[in-house]
Amino acid sequence: MAASLVLPKLVGQRIKRREDPRLIQGRATYVDDIKVVGMQHLAFVRSDIAHGRILSIDTSAADAMDGVEAVFTGAQIAELLAPMPILTPFPSPDHRAVAVDIVRYVGEPVAVVVTADRYVARDAADAIVVDYEQLPAVVDPEQAMTGTPVVIHADFADNLALPFLPGGTGVAADFTVDDTVVDQAFADAEVVVSQRMVNQRLAPTPIETRGVLAHFEPGKGTMTIWSSTQNPHTLRTFIATMTGLGQDQVRAIAPEVGGAFGAKINIYPEEYVAAALSKRLGLPIKWIEDRSEAFVATTHGRDIIGYVDIAARRDGTVVGLKLRLIADIGAYNMLLTAAIPTLTMQMASATYDIPAIRATLTEVFTNKTPTAAYRGAGRPEATYFVERAMDMLARELEMDPADLRRKNFITPDQFPYTTQMGAVYDSGDYGKALDLALQNAGWADLKKQRDAARAKGRLVGLGLSMYVEVCGVGPSSSFPSGGWEYAQVTIERDGRISATTGASPHGQGNETTFAQMLADQFGVPLEHITIHHGDTGVVKQGIGTFGSRSQAVGGTALHLAGGKVKVKMAKFAAALIEAHEDDLVFEDGMISVKGSPESGKSFADVAKYAYVPVPLPKGLDPGLSEEAFFEPANNTYPFGCHISMLEIDRETGEPTLLRLVAVDDAGHLINPLIVDGQIHGGLAQGIGQAMIEEFRYSEDGQPVTGSFMDYAIPRAADFPRFELDNTVTPTPVNPLGAKGVGEAGTLGSTPCVVAAAVDALSEFGVKHIDMMLRPEKLWRIIHGGQP
Amino acid sequence: MIPTAFDYQRATSLDDALAKLSASNGAGKLIAGGHSLVPLMKLRLSEPTMLIDIARIPDLAGIREQDGTLEIGAGTVHHDVATSPVLRQHCPVVADTAATIGDPQVRNRGTLGGSLAHADPAADYPAVMLALDAEIHLRSSTAARVVLARDFFQNVLTVDLAPDEIITAVRFAPVRAASYAKLYQRASRFAIVGVAAALDVSDGVIRSARIGLTGAVSHAVRLTTVEAALAGCEPTSRACAEAARLAGSDLEDINGDIHASETYRRAMIPVFTRRALDGALARLTVQS
Ligand SMILES: Cc1cc2nc3c(=O)[nH]c(=O)nc-3n(C[C@H](O)[C@H](O)[C@H](O)COP(=O)(O)OP(=O)(O)OC[C@H]3O[C@@H](n4cnc5c(N)ncnc54)[C@H](O)[C@@H]3O)c2cc1C
Repeated sequence: MAASLVLPKLVGQRIKRREDPRLIQGRATYVDDIKVVGMQHLAFVRSDIAHGRILSIDTSAADAMDGVEAVFTGAQIAELLAPMPILTPFPSPDHRAVAVDIVRYVGEPVAVVVTADRYVARDAADAIVVDYEQLPAVVDPEQAMTGTPVVIHADFADNLALPFLPGGTGVAADFTVDDTVVDQAFADAEVVVSQRMVNQRLAPTPIETRGVLAHFEPGKGTMTIWSSTQNPHTLRTFIATMTGLGQDQVRAIAPEVGGAFGAKINIYPEEYVAAALSKRLGLPIKWIEDRSEAFVATTHGRDIIGYVDIAARRDGTVVGLKLRLIADIGAYNMLLTAAIPTLTMQMASATYDIPAIRATLTEVFTNKTPTAAYRGAGRPEATYFVERAMDMLARELEMDPADLRRKNFITPDQFPYTTQMGAVYDSGDYGKALDLALQNAGWADLKKQRDAARAKGRLVGLGLSMYVEVCGVGPSSSFPSGGWEYAQVTIERDGRISATTGASPHGQGNETTFAQMLADQFGVPLEHITIHHGDTGVVKQGIGTFGSRSQAVGGTALHLAGGKVKVKMAKFAAALIEAHEDDLVFEDGMISVKGSPESGKSFADVAKYAYVPVPLPKGLDPGLSEEAFFEPANNTYPFGCHISMLEIDRETGEPTLLRLVAVDDAGHLINPLIVDGQIHGGLAQGIGQAMIEEFRYSEDGQPVTGSFMDYAIPRAADFPRFELDNTVTPTPVNPLGAKGVGEAGTLGSTPCVVAAAVDALSEFGVKHIDMMLRPEKLWRIIHGGQP
Repeated sequence: MIPTAFDYQRATSLDDALAKLSASNGAGKLIAGGHSLVPLMKLRLSEPTMLIDIARIPDLAGIREQDGTLEIGAGTVHHDVATSPVLRQHCPVVADTAATIGDPQVRNRGTLGGSLAHADPAADYPAVMLALDAEIHLRSSTAARVVLARDFFQNVLTVDLAPDEIITAVRFAPVRAASYAKLYQRASRFAIVGVAAALDVSDGVIRSARIGLTGAVSHAVRLTTVEAALAGCEPTSRACAEAARLAGSDLEDINGDIHASETYRRAMIPVFTRRALDGALARLTVQS
């Protein structure tokens, strides 16, 4: 039979996302869309002060309310739940899901109510009266480090969560530090540029806030928990541990997840409380975070101060770098809080061959919402500090910022390259990305345009930034719950394909990219493939989607599982066609002997045969389903170059971004359209940080940007058309050659936009401006003051 | 984000709304677009027990021209103001102002009447209503009255409007040579400073100027010093720039917040006054 259809190869094609129609048409199912008979609603009473001792909690009015099922104070919850677990190796204070006697940030839970009606839940929460003794609050990490006016956790002197973690040149495995080489580099330097920089606190603000529905079925003794999470398997692990169940007794489901940006990696108090109370009361319990809560109860991102010193020769050769980091982690350690700033250390070498680096990290408690991952998680901070320093150095040396960078690049022949921080960069060609960006931007011409505008009195500036990113997070030594990923591929009886992946996409488009891969692997139409994810009852194992890993690690697991099934299917086909399995090709919906399609059987016929194998070929079991775990040998290190042009209104200080040119290298691209989308989102958030986003507290620890009326997030209309392009430097770390791209946009864009603002204001002698670029701040520089 | 319990009634006509309002004995709270009221309710800063919805009263919305006067129904949504051909032709400053409000969602639901009644210190419409010397038409179940915009705005969120009254419309004589200039607050898109300027020019002389300022103090105010300085001047950019320098100099208690300090706001008043005046001048040139 001749092939009836010709299927194009899909990997590498710009295919529209299969998941979008349901999302756009309002047909997706989020946690809040799920209802279970008998479901109760949970509401939290939260601290409205930043620091205080709980003197009393009066629940009597709430108890007496119609429809209130139960009320629990922190002390009562503490009888049901052990302290919150963490995944980092550093010492950590006791953290109760619901505060027991001291509250340490605005938004910390102090009591909970369970009611049949969500509105009554809120009324009842409002009716609970908490009496506090106010304690002094501290919101500035450098102030907190003095131990005054207050120590937030008794066992952590001077509020030091992590007093001092050294890294880089001359630091031994036991953390003893030999400064000789670094000191010598600085002593020999012809020029040193130093700057304190602040990478400000941000609120992740996914469009879907968090939510959870826990359903313990007393009859079966099992728990199903739906949650808006990035990693249902990790959720399962911790929910089981915290509720005293086995992992076999808990099923965790991440239904449609409306954005996460790293903030839904953490397993939160609300998830544990919902689960524990469902088990205790034998009722399904739902909690949906409202937007006001989301601003204080969901982890924040960034908030790191960097003291950067960069040492160089006059010709622009960088000879040394010092990076002293002070991370404000808020009031408690969450699951991964303490680990995020270590990534900033890890990436201190950026794209440069720097022979001597000293990085140190101090993590500090303050009376603020705890921090954790936010798109980029530690790497944008590193990029920002180093790229800003490179820019200042270029200005000091009166060198073109591109030339300075090029002079210091790790060159292609140096890969794999081990940085002074111990990171092993897999592959890279930074000069190529830089050249393409310069060419696409028309760098020389752009400078002329800038100068012409300046001659007319306009404040126009250019910014350029390189970045290198850590993606494809694995191996298991680099992530505390494991750095592998899992997949299963099943050829169904009708010849369609079901695949499961432990990567739990929530906006990354893997239902499309994974189907593209399988379509090519098996020569079947994309429409014949369904990718299942986000349900531990369906996907046997998994780690999750974060650290830009779903394609590089999850995609590879899928590719390996697909390869195994294909081998077996070829054996069935060989038996049916009476050919040798090695001679077979899977193409256009057929399996046939290479070069003679007429010999073939349809894919569906071979599938059917595998499930009703009469006769059963010798040495084969029935069925076509295989699984694979993939443990990568290393992270991947994508990179790129971003260039921006920005104008500042001389009278008002308002900045306007005029151009944003990005060249990104994420290795082989499965779907360049989806990659563009990921870059767009990352750019938006990176530019947002540079220009308009900042989560702020008053001195007494009250959030002052706790609503979208005051916390600005960028809108499409705020941006010029992004000019994207890419180079392709495959990674040797996985067989796909794919590196990861989900976070990259946040890395290069932020420093390059700030650099453009500094350049625009260079006539005023300014060398650095801390984010965000508030018009008033810029206006003060223009009109004589300092920012 | 979850309001306290409330009852809800939908009014079918103005008379119906007025009847429901007076029958509610002070408990009734009007809701039009809900874009100021609902956010307050969700934060439980406002806890009305009875909402009377006036958003679907047909004759409360619409833009009419009659005998040289323009009338905008209080129920007209910002989007309809922004895109009104009548306004674009006769008094484009009003349409321009509406176009700067919030985002498309806000403009599709929020109404002129709601904005004026709410009187947010940073709302845009009040400035332009002052510059147009607009009349605000009010009705209760027993009486009708007219208040001039300059008397209507009294303090933060405080206007000359009784609990049993409904704003029905605003009326003004159209001015072509008028324009609005705004410094956006970057989260909400409200005005940090917003200035509306309207010029009356004949025979090459500014006969009178009316300038409304919003965002800077507790409520929208006229910049009478600048107005006085402009009267009798030639309508030139230079004259306007000169006069704009005075803008705000006699104002006390300038607002300061996380988005803009008092100093910065004060400095922005002359800038946006000049921009508004320049915009008005540009329309003058087009006109003649
Ligand atoms: C995200 C966002 C951004 C915004 N940005 C801006 C901006 O940039 N500039 C700006 O000016 N505004 C802005 N607003 C406010 C917006 O313009 C509101 O729509 C408007 O202020 C209120 O109109 P409404 O019809 O929604 O009134 P509602 O919210 O329904 O009511 C507001 C108040 O007015 C009363 N009321 C309503 N109609 C009448 C009437 N006819 N007679 C008497 N009382 C009445 C109500 O009882 C209530 O007290 C923004 C709002 C939001 C949510």
